[in-house]
Amino acid sequence: MKHRVLIVDDDLALSEMLGIVLRNEGLDVVLCADGSSAMAIFRESRPDIVLLDLMLPGIDGIEVCRRIRAESGTPIVMLTARTDTLDVVAGLESGADDYVLKPFKPQELIARVRARLRRSDEPEPEGLQIGDLSIDVAGHSVKRDGKPLSLTPLEFDLLVALARKPWQVFTREVLLEQVWGYRHAGDTRLVNVHVQRLRSKIERDPENPEIVVTVRGVGYKAGPA
Amino acid sequence: MVTPSRLVRVTLSRLAIAPARVVPSLQTLTRRTRSALWSTGRWFLHLWRASLQFRVIISTMLLGLIVVLLLGTYLYQRIADGLVSDRIQTARAEAASHASSAQSRFDSAGRTDAVSLTQLAFDVVGQAASPGADQSREVILTRAKNNTGPASVPTVLSSDVGLPSVPAKLRDAIAADPSHQQVQLISISSSEGVPVSAVIIGSRVTLPVAGQYEMYFIFPLDREQQTLQVVGRTFALGGIALVLLVGAVAFVVTRLVVDPVRRAALVAQRLSSGRLHERMRARGEDDIAKLGKSFNAMADSLQKQIRQLEDLSRVQQRFVSDVSHELRTPLTTIRLAGDLIHDSRGDFDPSVARSAELLHTEIDRFESLLTDLLEISRFDAGAAVLDLEATDLRHTTQRAIESVAALAALRGSRLEVIPTEGPCVAEIDPRRVERILRNLLVNAIEHGEGRPVTIRLGVNQNAVAVSVRDSGVGLRPGEAGLVFTRFWRADPARARTSGGTGLGLAISHDDARLHEGWLQAWGEPGVGSCFRLTLPRRTGVPIERSPLPLTPDEERSAAAQAQATAYRPVSASGGAET
Repeated sequence: MKHRVLIVDDDLALSEMLGIVLRNEGLDVVLCADGSSAMAIFRESRPDIVLLDLMLPGIDGIEVCRRIRAESGTPIVMLTARTDTLDVVAGLESGADDYVLKPFKPQELIARVRARLRRSDEPEPEGLQIGDLSIDVAGHSVKRDGKPLSLTPLEFDLLVALARKPWQVFTREVLLEQVWGYRHAGDTRLVNVHVQRLRSKIERDPENPEIVVTVRGVGYKAGPA
Repeated sequence: MVTPSRLVRVTLSRLAIAPARVVPSLQTLTRRTRSALWSTGRWFLHLWRASLQFRVIISTMLLGLIVVLLLGTYLYQRIADGLVSDRIQTARAEAASHASSAQSRFDSAGRTDAVSLTQLAFDVVGQAASPGADQSREVILTRAKNNTGPASVPTVLSSDVGLPSVPAKLRDAIAADPSHQQVQLISISSSEGVPVSAVIIGSRVTLPVAGQYEMYFIFPLDREQQTLQVVGRTFALGGIALVLLVGAVAFVVTRLVVDPVRRAALVAQRLSSGRLHERMRARGEDDIAKLGKSFNAMADSLQKQIRQLEDLSRVQQRFVSDVSHELRTPLTTIRLAGDLIHDSRGDFDPSVARSAELLHTEIDRFESLLTDLLEISRFDAGAAVLDLEATDLRHTTQRAIESVAALAALRGSRLEVIPTEGPCVAEIDPRRVERILRNLLVNAIEHGEGRPVTIRLGVNQNAVAVSVRDSGVGLRPGEAGLVFTRFWRADPARARTSGGTGLGLAISHDDARLHEGWLQAWGEPGVGSCFRLTLPRRTGVPIERSPLPLTPDEERSAAAQAQATAYRPVSASGGAET
């Protein structure tokens, strides 16, 4: 089955070029040129991954990201020309899983896209228990006291990576490699933002986390049961 | 009734220890006095230097004192002279009239026997001496010096003023010129034994039978002296009052001037600390108001210019951000297309294939140049912010080394790391520090001529450091300060080989400065160069010294010190500080 990619970008030359590159990789590509029609096309084409430019006419990228996230956990990779911390963090906080800075190399983009698509190819029956959460890895569900919690696939991957080795402290770099698929060091802000998002969903008190604990100066670990 | 006895005991015990406390040795006393004088002097000097007001008051009072002293002395002298000369004049007139009346009484004396003559002389002297008890004059009648006849009439004195108080010189003068009065100022002792100035006037009288006699009138100047004393005291008091008054006037005047100046200084201080809305009070038309108005005008124009600069900087930042987006999107398309063409260059003609390769590498170079330029303009706009995180510098260094490993292998440079024994943790922005280290490493590999590059880490109380030492071409004198200049190249004729942008070290320099750290360079032609990055362990805690040596000299002294004592960080001097 071919994975489908939705590209939301107002620059037609770039969209077309991206289409060529991704089709060469054997992916199905749907294009969208503005923010206003993005949601309609998203619902209609049901993509496996969304590439989203942050600056869009109509509704801006961050808003589109928020709306997609409101109704689905589909992986979102932002395409951004802004290197300012605030823009990147705003994009990540609105729900994007990863981002690629323009100008990027084709291999870089493909690696990101593959990393986000990969998880749907590995169904292994496995049950994990961390704190008062029970995780069904194959079924992609997390339950507290029998009630399911809604996590995006990336948040789920992050939690599983931590929960599989609760004795180990993960540095941000290791998490980037395991969860995001970065070969070399990337932007550790990705990890920080997503840990915050994950905590806001699974912790009873996100201010005093008990499941994903910060180890100062090193990284994160799954907290003691 | 316990209280009294206790009181007594207390008093006694105090008395017992009193001598030791109250009478310190002379030595301690002088020492204390000296130290007290010393501290007073220092206090005075400090005030003199620090306070304009104090200086003005003290100098005005000193000048006033000098003027009062000169004027007072002069006036006092004039008054004293006037008083004495007045007294001499009246004394001469009195003496003349008394002498002539005495002469006429002697002339008209009927009996000329010694006893009656003596009686007459006593009468005359008694009459000539003042009738009252105010002792305003004394009279002496004595034989003339050249009267060698029998002393039928003895010397007659009106009181206990003795003959010896008549100076010999005066007597000689009368003997030489008997027809005139002779005047002299002498000092006699008053009835209380206090020395008093006096005027003595002598003239010649002729007694019947007894012959030539001299008659002396002594007028004590005690009244004049008293008057002078009163005058002097009045002058002194007046002078002191005047000096104090001058001081007070100076105080008030300087207060009027210095206060606004102090206020201006305060407002200027606030302005310079960034409170641009501070203004001086400027009321009225006087000089102070003018000062205030021009000061405020200056502050206004400063504020306006700063606003303009801020606006400009905002526009610049905005522009940089827009350029960033506008350039990056087409560049992405070019990059994707270029790579696609590059990947399929095998299917092309050799010349087209080579073009595809050139296109590919130049897109890389263009991209890094754009990235560096945008980074630099972000620094210039003041938009660069630190993303601080407690980080072990050993990890950052390791990552930087891994990222340049391919280039090092290509150039045949071996990278040797001398890490610290313990952790090397500091609050830094790991992305920026890694970028600095990558730039330093690339620089060392490029100029290291294939010889090994040594990376050393160091840590001390409040700083961490990494130094990158190569044994390549080195730097000529004066170049250590230039290497951080944008687009600067040691030798413009040298071919650019590895496509650096010429901005790497400049950006590193800005990154180090953003951390409030140092990035310093040292080099010697043919010996090699050393770049040292020193960063504070905690933000806001300034670096005292770098834990690592920069120059070989420092290295040697550090090694010597390390041998002599336990490990201690070595202070670094020289080199180009950032």
